[in-house]
Formats: sequence, C-alpha cells, structure tokens
Amino acid sequence: MTDTTAARNLAPLREGYKYGFVSDIESESAPPGLNEDTVRFIAAKKGEPQWLLDWRLEAFRKWQTMESPHWAKLRIAPIDYQAATYYSAPKRQNAPKSLDEVDPELLKTYEKLGIPLNERAALAGVAVDAVFDSVSVATTFKRTLAELGIVFCSFGEAVREHPELVRKYLGTVVPQGDNFYAALNSAVFSDGSFAYIPSGVRCPMELSTYFRINAAKSGQFERTLIVADKGAYVSYLEGCTAPQRDENQLHAAVVELIALEGAEIKYSTVQNWYPGDAEGKGGIYNFVTKRGACRGARAKISWTQVETGSAITWKYPSCILEGDDSVGEFYSVAITNNFQQADTGTKMLHLGRNTRSTIISKGISAGRGQNTYRGLVRVQPKAENARNYTQCDSLLIGDKCGAHTVPYIEARNPTARIEHEATTSKISDDQMFYCQQRGLSKEDALSLIVNGFCKEVLKELPMEFAVEAQKLLAVSLEGSVG
Amino acid sequence: MLEIGNLHARIADGREILKGVDLAVKAGEVHAIMGPNGSGKSTLAGVLSGKPGYEVTEGQVLYEGRDLLAMPADERARAGVFLAFQYPVEIPGVNNMYFLRAALNAVRKQRGESEMDAGQFLKAVRAKLKLLEIGEDLLQRGVNVGFSGGEKKRNEIFQMAMLDPKLAILDETDSGLDIDALQMVSRGINALRGPDRAIVMITHYQRLLNYVVPDRVHVLSAGRIVKSGDAALARELEETGYGAYGDAA
Repeated sequence: MTDTTAARNLAPLREGYKYGFVSDIESESAPPGLNEDTVRFIAAKKGEPQWLLDWRLEAFRKWQTMESPHWAKLRIAPIDYQAATYYSAPKRQNAPKSLDEVDPELLKTYEKLGIPLNERAALAGVAVDAVFDSVSVATTFKRTLAELGIVFCSFGEAVREHPELVRKYLGTVVPQGDNFYAALNSAVFSDGSFAYIPSGVRCPMELSTYFRINAAKSGQFERTLIVADKGAYVSYLEGCTAPQRDENQLHAAVVELIALEGAEIKYSTVQNWYPGDAEGKGGIYNFVTKRGACRGARAKISWTQVETGSAITWKYPSCILEGDDSVGEFYSVAITNNFQQADTGTKMLHLGRNTRSTIISKGISAGRGQNTYRGLVRVQPKAENARNYTQCDSLLIGDKCGAHTVPYIEARNPTARIEHEATTSKISDDQMFYCQQRGLSKEDALSLIVNGFCKEVLKELPMEFAVEAQKLLAVSLEGSVG
Repeated sequence: MLEIGNLHARIADGREILKGVDLAVKAGEVHAIMGPNGSGKSTLAGVLSGKPGYEVTEGQVLYEGRDLLAMPADERARAGVFLAFQYPVEIPGVNNMYFLRAALNAVRKQRGESEMDAGQFLKAVRAKLKLLEIGEDLLQRGVNVGFSGGEKKRNEIFQMAMLDPKLAILDETDSGLDIDALQMVSRGINALRGPDRAIVMITHYQRLLNYVVPDRVHVLSAGRIVKSGDAALARELEETGYGAYGDAA
C-alpha cells in the first residue's frame, strides 16, 4: 500500500474522519459507515494482497444480501451498521523491535489488565499475542515457538509471512456467507490471531491472546485461524476484558479451527466483556461464530467457555466431525445477571464413523438475566456408531430471571446413540444458610455453590484460567443474592 | 456463655412461636431441651443460629456478653456458634472436604489464626474421622449429596469437631438414626464435651440422653420453658410423656 492509495480511498469519506480516543494513544480510524470503500480502506490500511481484498469484497457483497438472524431468544435493539466505525488502530509504529519501542501508554493499559507481556510471561509459560483495538502490536515467545516450527502471530502478519497457509484454510470452516455476522466479519475483519502447529509437534505452552475493546464506537472484528497439522497438539486460551463504557459495542468475531489426522486443539475462552450496568444500559454485543473441523481420523477439538460478560451473547462453538473416530467436546458456563441475555450452545455434526461428542452446558441466571442453551446434534447417514452425550443444567438465582433449553437432535443413522439430560435448579435459602452457619460470608457462600455447579466445566480449563474464571463467577454474581 | 432472657419470636405468617424463653448455659455444660412437636424447639435453634424467617419481637440473647441477635448468621458462626442441622443441606458439586476447609479457614481467620494448607488440614481431618468412624471417601463426595441419614448426622458432628465451636446447638441430631449410628454420634458428642464448650441438645426423645447424659434438662412447651431439672427429668418424661405439660399452642 502507498499513501496515495490510502488517500484516494479516503477522499470521499474524509469528512467523518476523526481522532480523539478515550485512551491517549493516537488512533487512526476509518470514518463511520460501511460500503465497498470501507472494505478497500481496511485492506489498504493493512497492506493486504489483492486476493484477500477480493475475498473481503465477495463477503461484503454476500453480507449485503443477508439479514441478521432472528431465531435466537434475544431482544436486540436495531443496530445501525452505517453508524459504526470499522477500523481503528494504534498509529502505525514502524514495527517495534522490542517492548522498549512500544508506546508506554499502551503498556500501562496492558499492565492494568494484568497481561504478562514481559518477563512474567516467561515465568507463567504463556505466550501472548496481545490485540489492542484491532492491530497486534507485540508478540512474544515467537522464537521458542519458531524453533519447533510453530507459527503464532497476528493475522495480518500471517497474511504477509505465510500467505499460502492462510489462503489454504481461510474460510474453509466458516465460509464467507455462513451467516450475517460471519459475512460482516469476513468483509471488515481488522486483525486477529493465527497459529499453525506442524505435523507431530506438541505445542509446549498455552497460546494465549487477550482481546480488549478500547476505542469508542469501534466494533471489533477479530479473525482467528488455528491449524493443527497431523498428530499436532495445541491448547489455546482466549481471554477478554473491556473497560466500562456507556454504549453498546458490536463484536462479531470468527474463529476457525482445523485439526488434521490425529491432531488435537483445545480452545478455552474466558469472556468478561462489559455486560452493561445494573439497569441494562450499555454493554457489548457479542455475536461470534466459532467452528472447528476435525478433518482427519482421530482428530479432536475441545471448546471450553466461561461466558460472564456482554450485554448479549450469541455464540455456538461447534465441531464438524468429518474424520472417522474424531471427537468433539463443548464445555460451557454462561452467566447472565441484571439485564444480560445469552443464547449460546453448540453444534455437533457427525459425518465420520465412530465419531463421539460431549456437551456439558451450565447456565446460570440471576437478576433479570435470560439464558438459553441452543444445541444441535446431527448424525449424518454415513456416521456409523456415532455417539453423543449432552448434559444441560440451569441454575436460577432469584425469581425474575429465566433459563431455556432448546436442544435439536437429528439422527439419520440408526446406529447413533444420543443421550440428553437436562436439569433446572434454584439456589435455595437453605443452601445459603447452611454455608453461612459454617462461617462463610454471603458472597463466599454464593461463589462456593456456583463453582460447585460449574465444576465439570471449570476442571476442563487450564489451571491459571480456572482460578481466574472462579473469581469471575463470583464477581459476575455480586449483589444477586439479597 | 449463653443467656436468653424473655425471648419472643414469630414466624413469617405472624404466629408467635416463642413466648418468653429464659435460659442460661455456662461453659462446660450440656443442656437438653425437650418438648413435643410444635413447642418451638426448632424455632429456638433457628433464632439462635440466625436462620432467616424469624422475627424476634421481645427479649434478648447474650453470647459471651455480646448481643447475639445483632450479629449476622455467618458472624455468629465465626464467633463460635455451631448448629448441627436437623436436615443437613445438600450442595451438589461442592466437595465435602473443600467445603469444610473453606469453613474452617473462615473461622480460623476470625480467631486470628493462619489458614490451614491442604496438608495440615488433611492431618487434622484424619484424626477426627477416626473419632466418628467416617471413611475418607465421604470427604470426596459432594456436601451431603447421596449421604444416608446416618452419614449426614455423623458429618454434622464431624464438622463440629473440626470447627471447634464454643457453643454447639444440636437440633434433633438423634432423629432418623438407628441404634448403631446413634451410639456412634453420641460417642462423638461426648468426646467434644469440655470445660470451654457449651452444648445445647434439642430433642424430642429421651434416648439420646442415655448416651449423652446432660447436666440440665428443660421442657419447652408452647413457646416457654415450663420445667427444668437434671438428667432424671428426662427419664421421667420418657415414662409420663409431655401430656402433663400441655399440648403445643
């Protein structure tokens, strides 16, 4: 990209061009609004090759013909897609070679968020590809990983350094026109993460990315692509926090996972975006498409999520079990408090023989929160001896919240074995009193009971994440018991 | 240690259940409170332990000279008031051992003692388990989940042994126990008698008192203590029944 192209692309839009962000970092944003020029602006800004621009434009054209889905049990205020800003990035930094070159303001923000970018990261064994607003500014541990042939970098860097890999896999699990939000993401995605684990390599550390939404009115459109080649293993952690903001922010991410023969991908999320205030004002809209494909025999993909934040969550991490004997897992805790709404669940598509899937979903509703589990288990005709076990438990706190379970089961092969169990329970005054009579404070009692309820999911999280998640559960439910 | 004076309490529907209870319990003593169904035994246990749903309308309760009724339930517990529940509550998914350690550390913190780590805790636990002949597997199960009636009651006494309270209130701990379990629980309670601890046993039947011999026995009827005596009073009640003391209000 040259400055003249950028200028040309910007020309018709210059009027709305603004600086001035909450953080003191000088950002550069696309003007609000969405049309082909916006897409071109983003691609130009990022210096992307023609094939990717074409891919984005194709997605944009599909998106224009689509409507936002309305089947979820969610009340969503109409979103004005022309009012949003689709690109905002910390000012181009001439590629910082070390942390010393990174804007100290940015580092301070990271520190507040507790992100171990420096030496602490080494001690914790975590490599961080930190995403601030939309552009990755620092990546650590790349050398260690590089020695093993592991690629872990920002999406933008992957496009520049490993275009053949990106081109081979991008959009193969979540096609551009998959759904309204995925199409939107495909058109305007800003950055994200890319990981490739070569054949037979076991990634020695948890790969971790922290997302944070910072710029006002800038929807975030992350794109994550993880490929585990034959026999490879990787555990990936995704955690999010966002500062308080009195305005709805749209987040429409796409995550694609590809596990080849005998490979395993474990993807863990702790999502803690601003949920809106106690009156239901503000908060993040989290409309995410996450899907993994087990492309070879004995491949395994495991999703674990702890969803405590966002005003609205629309999210169904899914597995396409193509390879024989492949395994899909979904472990989920979703909390809705105050006016939060969540419609979340999974899809397990059994295509190969002897494919197995497990779904453990724990929904917790407090305040006026509405929590829906929506899941699909589909066994295709060729999937001999497919098995699924689903367990959906709902916990209610108070009497103004709601829990809903919407399981879809489609078995097209008579050998399929599908089990579904569901329970709904309420935290009783007796349980609270019992704990308090043993000396636990009201808050500790609630946290203990809730963590007990979520145990089967929390134990799937890597240790350090599990601790964070437990604290989050308690924080999310603060004040929900009178 | 415990001084109850003219205690009146009512339940949510407005009915007055306790109508002027007077009782004084000293450290080192074991008191039994007996009475027919509906006499207010469980209400008394509830009011003393801070269970929600009761309103004290008159009177006072002093615990070690402090106004007990002004303290929230968890604060009372940390100050050394323990209630062995008539119906121990199930908490699915919460490991019994984890629960107990959290409780113990909350109490220890209050006493200005350091928190116990897993190793120290396990050592302390093993010593007490023997006392009540409880298998270690019980610790790994969810709190009271799938416990038999006897296991639940033994678990209550085990918790009491671990938490080392100053004032223990045992609410119908003998109910639903067969003779073996009753003896086992009784052994546990006896082992916990001591000069610094007061125990208040609430029971409908005399049989527990054969194994845990009380210093004082009180008859609660229609919300008041109508007679007090020594262990002989319990035996007398067993023969004559509660008829002489009037039916519940």
